[in-house]
Amino acid sequence: MNNNSNLKVFLNGFFNENPTFVLILGMCPTLATTTSALNGLSMGLATAFVLLGSNVVISLLKNIIPDNVRIPAYVVVIATFVTIVEMSMQAYLPALYESLGLFIPLIVVNCIVLGRAEAFAAKNNVFKSALDGLGMGLGFSMALTILGSIREVLGTGKVFGLTLYPDKYGMLLFVLAPGAFIALGYLIAVMNKLKKA
Amino acid sequence: MTYILIFISAVFVNNIVLSQFLGICPFLGVSKRIETALGMSGAVAFVMTLSTLITYIIQKTVLEPFNIEFLRTITFILIIAALVQMVEIILKKVSPSLYQALGVFLPLITTNCTILGVAILVIQKDLNMLESVVFAISTAIGFGLALVLFAGIREQLSLVKLPKGMEGTPVSLLTAGLLAMAFMGFAGIVK
Repeated sequence: MNNNSNLKVFLNGFFNENPTFVLILGMCPTLATTTSALNGLSMGLATAFVLLGSNVVISLLKNIIPDNVRIPAYVVVIATFVTIVEMSMQAYLPALYESLGLFIPLIVVNCIVLGRAEAFAAKNNVFKSALDGLGMGLGFSMALTILGSIREVLGTGKVFGLTLYPDKYGMLLFVLAPGAFIALGYLIAVMNKLKKA
Repeated sequence: MTYILIFISAVFVNNIVLSQFLGICPFLGVSKRIETALGMSGAVAFVMTLSTLITYIIQKTVLEPFNIEFLRTITFILIIAALVQMVEIILKKVSPSLYQALGVFLPLITTNCTILGVAILVIQKDLNMLESVVFAISTAIGFGLALVLFAGIREQLSLVKLPKGMEGTPVSLLTAGLLAMAFMGFAGIVK
């Protein structure tokens, strides 16, 4: 029974409460960094790492942190993990760091991270919080990769650098800003439809 | 002249919401009515100008001299959180009706990426203090413009019958896409 509920916590982030498609949280990085499948995936994984770390630490500290100052305390924990990601990415993956740019430090203000800290990690034990962080993080990565792939295919005819058709037939619009809104809009509409059925 | 260019660039060409993708959450969240959109824009404009000024001063007087720029993210977000708290307390006293209208979104200004984004952007762009403040105000105006335009469209849109699956977020996103396309027309005016 225990195993079952753990699995449920983990899968929650993928389907029932997928942060992007169902909760509609963390829209800024979702729209901005999905110009290609690879960028979307990297952004998702960076966020997943921060989510996992902050969920674990916050759930460990939940009895020590006074209720009045919990939000600032959470933010400090999250910012610490974001700084770790930022510095290691700058050191080992400079090209990726360049292309994600401003959105790495902005993981701090991603509503998903603070939202899970407040809604889940502050009320559950360490193991469950870790699972929740991982599930949510991977669910987010999945959503970003899907959106990134769609935009990359429509925009340039490639996915993960693999050419599907020559890019002169690509619709540049989908790599630019409006395409992000339109692609995500239709994706969520499809998800709504699937959920009802 | 530089200031005019910064203004035009931040309001139209590189509009923070429609071409930089910052502040999408409040953009989708409080854009159901023009009145709340205006209130939110006002709050953001106030917090953004103040926070950019303060974070700029902290960056130049504390972080850079002591060589602790890697603490920038943590420092900035704490300053912003404190500022938002202050605005919330003031608004609660001065205008309870507006406070009620903005509801949960006021504390969420802390997690509004425009505020932290602009604070970091002015450092990355290496602007001086006055330029930073002009940039912050223009960005806030651009945010307000996008938000109010969008709210106006959504007010009309709420009267239209839509397919079930498209209701709510999807149609908002599509509208935002069209709006972003319109703003693309400004591209090239300023580098």
